[in-house]
Parts: sequence; structure tokens; C-alpha cells
Amino acid sequence: MFQNLQDKLDRAFKVLKGQGNITEINVAETMKEIRKALLDADVNYKTAKAFTDEVKQKALGQNVLTSISPGQLLTKIMNDELTALMGGSATELDLSKSPTVILIAGLNGAGKTTFSGKLAKFLKEKKGKKPLLVAGDVYRPAAIDQLQVLGQQVDVPVYADTESKDPIGIAKAGVAEAKQKGYNVVIVDTAGRLAIDEALMNEISAVKEATQPHEILFVVDAMTGQDAVNTAKTFNDRLDFTGAVLTKLDGDTRGGAALSIKSVVNKPIKFIGTGEKMEALDVFHPDRMASRILGMGDVVSLVERA
Amino acid sequence: EKTKEGFLSKITKAMVGKSTVDDQVLDELEEVLVTSDVGVSTTLKIIERIQARVARDKYVNTSELNAILREEIQALLAENNSSDFEHFEYGEHKPYVIMVVGVNGVGKTTTIGKLAHQLKEAGNSVVLGAADTFRAAAVDQIRLWGERVGVRVVAQAMGSDPASVAFDTVKSAVANGDDVAIIDTAGRLHNKVALMNELTKIKQVMQKVVPGAPHEILLVLDASTGQNAIEQCRQFTQATDVNALALTKLDGTAKGGVVIGISDQFKIPVKYIGVGEKVGDLQLFNKKEFVDSLFK
Ligand SMILES: Nc1nc2c(ncn2[C@@H]2O[C@H](COP(=O)(O)OP(=O)(O)OP(=O)(O)O)[C@@H](O)[C@H]2O)c(=O)[nH]1
Ligand SMILES: Nc1nc2c(ncn2[C@@H]2O[C@H](COP(=O)(O)OP(=O)(O)OP(=O)(O)O)[C@@H](O)[C@H]2O)c(=O)[nH]1
Ligand SMILES: [Mg+2]
Ligand SMILES: [Mg+2]
Repeated sequence: MFQNLQDKLDRAFKVLKGQGNITEINVAETMKEIRKALLDADVNYKTAKAFTDEVKQKALGQNVLTSISPGQLLTKIMNDELTALMGGSATELDLSKSPTVILIAGLNGAGKTTFSGKLAKFLKEKKGKKPLLVAGDVYRPAAIDQLQVLGQQVDVPVYADTESKDPIGIAKAGVAEAKQKGYNVVIVDTAGRLAIDEALMNEISAVKEATQPHEILFVVDAMTGQDAVNTAKTFNDRLDFTGAVLTKLDGDTRGGAALSIKSVVNKPIKFIGTGEKMEALDVFHPDRMASRILGMGDVVSLVERA
Repeated sequence: EKTKEGFLSKITKAMVGKSTVDDQVLDELEEVLVTSDVGVSTTLKIIERIQARVARDKYVNTSELNAILREEIQALLAENNSSDFEHFEYGEHKPYVIMVVGVNGVGKTTTIGKLAHQLKEAGNSVVLGAADTFRAAAVDQIRLWGERVGVRVVAQAMGSDPASVAFDTVKSAVANGDDVAIIDTAGRLHNKVALMNELTKIKQVMQKVVPGAPHEILLVLDASTGQNAIEQCRQFTQATDVNALALTKLDGTAKGGVVIGISDQFKIPVKYIGVGEKVGDLQLFNKKEFVDSLFK
């Protein structure tokens, strides 16, 4: 895939090379190639279109200084635009309440339970908090065991009720337990669900209602394709989440879904998952994500050769 | 209940008042295919084919265009020369050994549970191997599936060697005279060399018990995955000679269009689709139905 992108941009920049200023004609082919590259990176179709239009507008009519090539100028415009789109700097969690309730939501298998464990460890070790994990997935076989194992690994207690099939009751009881025992952060893991599953979406809305969370984190697999916009939009419509978490970025996906989420629901991405282990968690850096999506390494080297 | 806006309605909109397929219609088509994760190059391939057909057949109306589209996409899916599977049934080999692989969280363990159920219903005796000894509570999860569908599960302690679990499972299947053995493996990202090598080893170990095993190496893909699925397919195939695909979570809004390019490029047939979390939610892949669902 990377080689593919490199070839494409190579061709695109060849068109521009050696031309003094950017015109409708010499930019069109390049924009087409860049749009294709964005789509190959799983950036949403409409977002990719809007982005290339924006970049084109910014580029048109610009005089190219003798010191830089049109390719360099275009690369800079693109990088600036994308970084701006990804939302400036990293956004932190609001942990001011005691207890701060954090609800975790997302599609099946996105990495919610793993992230819950990682977040508990992060808050405990990096923020000096005293977290409680709540096992709110009553459906998936061994979901409670899974969270309990992770709780043990990070040395954070887990509130669970293996008798109950009621996630709303469990979440409420978990928050009550935290208040009673003096935990200052409550992380509520929930079952994976599809955005179009009305019953389960109603259920998680009810969990929100019952626990009044201060942060609601939408967990998304970084490998998600074009459907990311639909899912993010529906979860946001139902939950008005406060941030997103992008998992499995230790893979080789370019992660264009990140851009879609940001541009469709305009909520910050707060964390990224970079592995299966409990320490594999990072805060989100928009600039790094921007270069990953663009394959900036490639682009920069292309410009250097131009 | 699905909120997908269908091919048909979009293309019909673009075709209103026109007698031929023009650029606007082709643009619309491009959008529809790309937003189904078909990918740019496969989309261009489909569009080229449509253009060629249209140039040849001259007059094309909406319904004809729809028919042509279906045909061309089905043709791409059929280029791996496979016909659709018709039964959850396996003949020649006993035990028939299936090894299930894929990246994290795509639905491997769930697919195994559901597949075991189908095979058992079809009269086979099935044993499962809990060779994911890594992910938290993975062994508990497959044990619960075993209980749920009433099949045996061979397991060792968490953290033990997955190849050894696979070996035990196949051996146990031979001793017990089981028809099918299905080996679960831990989710792993395809860019992790050590983990991919581990898969190769798990595979080789089983051949020591049953030459030719595993007969089926099933790569599980999540329908919501975008273009990265192509790289997954390439890497897993390189490590383990994948010869069947399962596409999960098709009950969601994601269309799983990436398998069109995959089955064209890698010549590996899609065999199963997952349409839910429950035991009965596994179906045999049907090209026509899959393409029809894109048009819905
Ligand atoms: N490589 C990698 N794997 C991850 C990451 N986050 C989670 N995983 C893995 O992804 C798989 C699914 O993770 P879970 O935490 O069980 O996902 P979930 O969203 O809780 O799943 P459900 O509860 O079934 O919806 C597991 O194999 C995890 O180990 C990550 O950042 N990198
Ligand atoms: N809606 C829906 N959910 C599914 C389907 N298949 C699996 N799931 C769900 O996806 C999540 C992950 O499934 P698992 O079977 O644990 O996935 P896995 O590939 O074994 O995960 P790891 O072993 O952690 O890599 C669970 O919540 C499953 O219930 C499907 O076809 N539809
Ligand atoms: Mg979970
Ligand atoms: Mg599994």
C-alpha cells in the first residue's frame, strides 16, 4: 500500500515539477492523485473531496517562490490543512469531579475492554487517581472475566455482578460503590453494539442517564473504513460523547477514519491504542496523525527529490 | 431498519431524465462503490467494465445499468473460480482441520462458536482447540462457546504454547474419531513478524499428527474494515496459505465491499458471513445475495 501511494504521488509531482506557479491545469492531476491516496487511507469519501477542494483553492494562483517547487508548496498547504482539521493540540480528560464517571462505548471488538484496563492504569500511575473498573458487559461470553484479568494486571479493582443481566443496574451500583469506598474515577466498560441495534442503543442511553458520566469515550478501531462516519455519527447522536479513542494503531493502517470522525462529529480524539499490553496507550497528537494519514514520510522524500 | 442508502436509489436519482450513462452517473457510481469500501482501484476497474459495456450496448437505462453492475461485480467475485459453498459439510478428510486466523477483535472466536454449531447440526462431531492462550480470558470465552453449542474444547493454561494446544487438539480429534477440529488463535496484527511466524509454527505442528492438516485456513475479516483488509489478506496468506475467508459483522451498516477487490486479487473465496452475535448468526456466503445487498 505504501509503495502504491509513493508511486502515485511520484507521478503526480512529476506533473508539477519545473512549473513556476500553480494553475487550475497543473494542479488538477495532482489533486486527483491526492484524493485517491486519501481514499486508499480510508478517509471518508466526502471528507476527501472537501479536503482536496480546500487545498486546491488555497493553492490556486499562488506564486511559487524560486526557492521552492510547486510540489513543496502544495505539500505544505496540505499538511497545514490536515493538521488544522485534526484539531490543533491534544485534548485531556476532565477529571475534576469526584468521582469522575467515564463511560466507554463502541462497536463489537473495537477494543473497549482493553482500553478500559489501559485507562485505569494510566489514571492510576500517571494522574495519581484511585480508579474503579465496572464490568458492564453482560452479553459477551467471559467479558467479565476478561475485565477482571485486566484489572488484576493493572492492580485496579473491578466491580462486577455475575448474577445480574442488567447493565444499567450494574453501572449504577458500580458508581455507588465508588462513592462509598472513596474511588475518585469510575470506568464503565460496556458491551459492543452496532449503531443500528435500537435495543442496545437505547440500553446504553439508559446507562448514560443512570450514571451521568462526565466523560463518554467512543472507542474506534483505526482500521475502520468508510463506515466510520455512520457509526460515529449515530453514537454521537445518541450519546453526545466527549471524545474518541483510536485503537490498534500499532498496525500498518493509515487510519483515515480518524479524520472522518473529527470532521463529521467534531469531537476530539483523546487517546490512541498502540498494542495489546496495558501500557500501550498514548495521548493523541493531531500533527502525528496528520502525517500518518498523508504518508508524510513519503511526501517529504518526494519533495526532496523534486 | 437499516439506514444504508441503497445503490439503486442513488443511481436512479442520477439517471433521472437521461438515456445514457454519463459522467455524472459514473461519479455517482464511484461514490457508491468507494463508500462501500470497494477501494479506488477496484472501483475504477468496475467502472471501466461498465463503460465498455455501455459503449458496446449503446442505449442503457437505469434498470439495465443495475443489471450490468450486478453482473460485473459478481463476475469480479467469481474470478477466483469458486462456486458458492452449499452446505456446512466436509467430505474427504477426517478429521477435517480448520485453523482460524485474523487480526484482533474481528470475530474469530465467535465465528468458531457459530461454525461449530452449524457443523454439529449437520451431524458432525466437532472439537475446538483453545490456542489463544494470550488474550485475557480467551480460554474462558471459547470454553463458554463450547458449552453453549455442546462441543468439546481442548485447552491448556493461559500462557502455554499455542502450538502445543493445536497439537493436542488434532491428536484428540484423531483419538476420538471427530469429524472436524477447529483451532482458535490469538488475534494478531499482520505487521508483527514474530506473531506471524508463530502462526506458521502452529500450522506445521498439526501436520505432524495429520498430514495435510490444516485443510482449511480461514482468515476472518471484519466487514467494517477498510483498505487495510487487503494488507491483512496479503500477510496472513504469506504466513499460512489462507484458503478461505469469513466476513463478519455484516449485520451492521458496513458493507464489506473490500472483499470484492480481495477475492479478485488473491483468488481466495469468501466462505462464511457473520450476521450477528448469536449462535445461529453464521451463513454461507452467496455471491448473488452479497451483491444484491450492496444494491439494497
Ligand atoms: N494490537 C492491538 N490490539 C488491541 C488494541 N486494543 C485492543 N486490542 C485487541 O483487540 C481485541 C479486542 O479487544 P477488546 O478489548 O476485547 O474489544 P471490545 O471492544 O471490548 O470487544 P467487545 O466487548 O466484544 O465488543 C483483543 O484481542 C485486544 O487485545 C491495540 O491498541 N492494539
Ligand atoms: N454484530 C456482530 N458482532 C459480531 C459478529 N461476530 C463477532 N461479533 C462480536 O465481535 C466481538 C469480538 O468477537 P471475538 O469472537 O471475540 O473476536 P476475536 O477475533 O476472537 O477477538 P480476539 O481473539 O481478541 O482477537 C464480540 O463482541 C462478538 O460478539 C457478527 O457477525 N456480528
Ligand atoms: Mg469488551
Ligand atoms: Mg478470539
